[in-house]
Amino acid sequence: MELVTRALAGNRYALARLISLIENDGPDAHAALQAVYPHTGRAHIVGITGAPGTGKSTLVNELAKHWRSRQITVGIVAVDPTSPFSGGALLGDRVRMHDLAGDPGVFIRSMATRGSLGGLARATGDVVKVLDAAGFAVVLVETVGAGQAEVDIARAAHTVVLVEAPGLGDEVQALKAGLLEIADVLVVNKADRPGAAQTALALEMAVGRYAANPGERTEGLWQPPILQTVALNGTGVAEVLEAIERHRLYLQTTGLWAERERARVRAELLNVLQQEALRHILTRIGEQHLHRLIERIVARELDPCSAAYSLLSELLHERGLK
Amino acid sequence: MSKPLRILIAKPGLDGHDRGAKVVSRALRDAGMEVIYLGLRQTPEMIVEAALQEDVDGVGLSILSGAHMTLVPRVLKGLREAGLEHVKVFVGGVIPDEDVPVLREMGVAGIFGPGTSTHTIVEFIRQQLAGS
Repeated sequence: MELVTRALAGNRYALARLISLIENDGPDAHAALQAVYPHTGRAHIVGITGAPGTGKSTLVNELAKHWRSRQITVGIVAVDPTSPFSGGALLGDRVRMHDLAGDPGVFIRSMATRGSLGGLARATGDVVKVLDAAGFAVVLVETVGAGQAEVDIARAAHTVVLVEAPGLGDEVQALKAGLLEIADVLVVNKADRPGAAQTALALEMAVGRYAANPGERTEGLWQPPILQTVALNGTGVAEVLEAIERHRLYLQTTGLWAERERARVRAELLNVLQQEALRHILTRIGEQHLHRLIERIVARELDPCSAAYSLLSELLHERGLK
Repeated sequence: MSKPLRILIAKPGLDGHDRGAKVVSRALRDAGMEVIYLGLRQTPEMIVEAALQEDVDGVGLSILSGAHMTLVPRVLKGLREAGLEHVKVFVGGVIPDEDVPVLREMGVAGIFGPGTSTHTIVEFIRQQLAGS
């Protein structure tokens, strides 16, 4: 595909158009991804997640500057939420990334979630592939302001950085399942504000620095470091970068890099299968039949589960698969 | 599914009044558009670069400093040089009447002075960008 060729050869507008094609799931999107895929698998994909206003974009800006000072190229995908009412979005992450303007070693793309709920857009993973194939050595993925359950980034990235800020909750919040469990590096940003030390301590308790079972073997396992930063003036950012690089080495030396890749590919494959199977089934059933079934379910003649099972069994018989 | 329009909103130059840009951004968001908000003190080069990376359909410039006759041509020239001549540019802010035809002649698609309703701006953009 010509667009892919030009994008991978370094034409930045072709790269932007290619991302749009994939984001909009246009008619050639599949062919484009097919052409891109053999060139992927080289970038270190780093997720930046955390609650709204903790300083994710500012940290992304600072991290990118550090990588650039080492001549390492950086692609950035910044995701913000789509309105459930209007379908519109305000993508405001670039406001914190002005320092990166004019640098040909950086490419920033804002994405709206367009209805996805896991903290990323449906196409974010594919856009990351495009930046990876285009040769960016690090791809930073900034999620929407995430609370507790937006854990899609764990699959999309090699290394997940969770950004917290002082004053957002006590240690019970930190003990809850979800986002905290997927973090490889923990950052308490805005550490010049009161309460930063307590927040760091609550996080230490939560990630089990004080092991619940004394004597449990922990050597050789990755211990998420807890780091304090003031991203606005760059304090502590170099340490975050070191931790991210250390995590990459850890993944590579333990074989977890390949293992994570397998888990990601599996999830992606199942996801596509699920979508395509559903689309296939819906086409076969037809809108009318579906409508009749819905009416029967509403009238309590049938329950949703039985309706689905009988539909599936009809389809399988029809195809002679059973 | 039709794709949402993508619009870049930026404030070139040095004036620090971004209320208007924010109100317009919000109105476009509520009209179902994806607004990339770039914020204050942008150079024309920064605006062109963001428009390119974000593959936008339109660029809205908010200028209250009086520097529009310097800044707008530089944005238009930069867009042309980057191969983005199809991107529609509209300008909001304090623009004297005598400058309006000149800006139009340069290629600005729409100019919105103080008191313009957000509805007018939304309708204008939809009309200008129908089919993109």
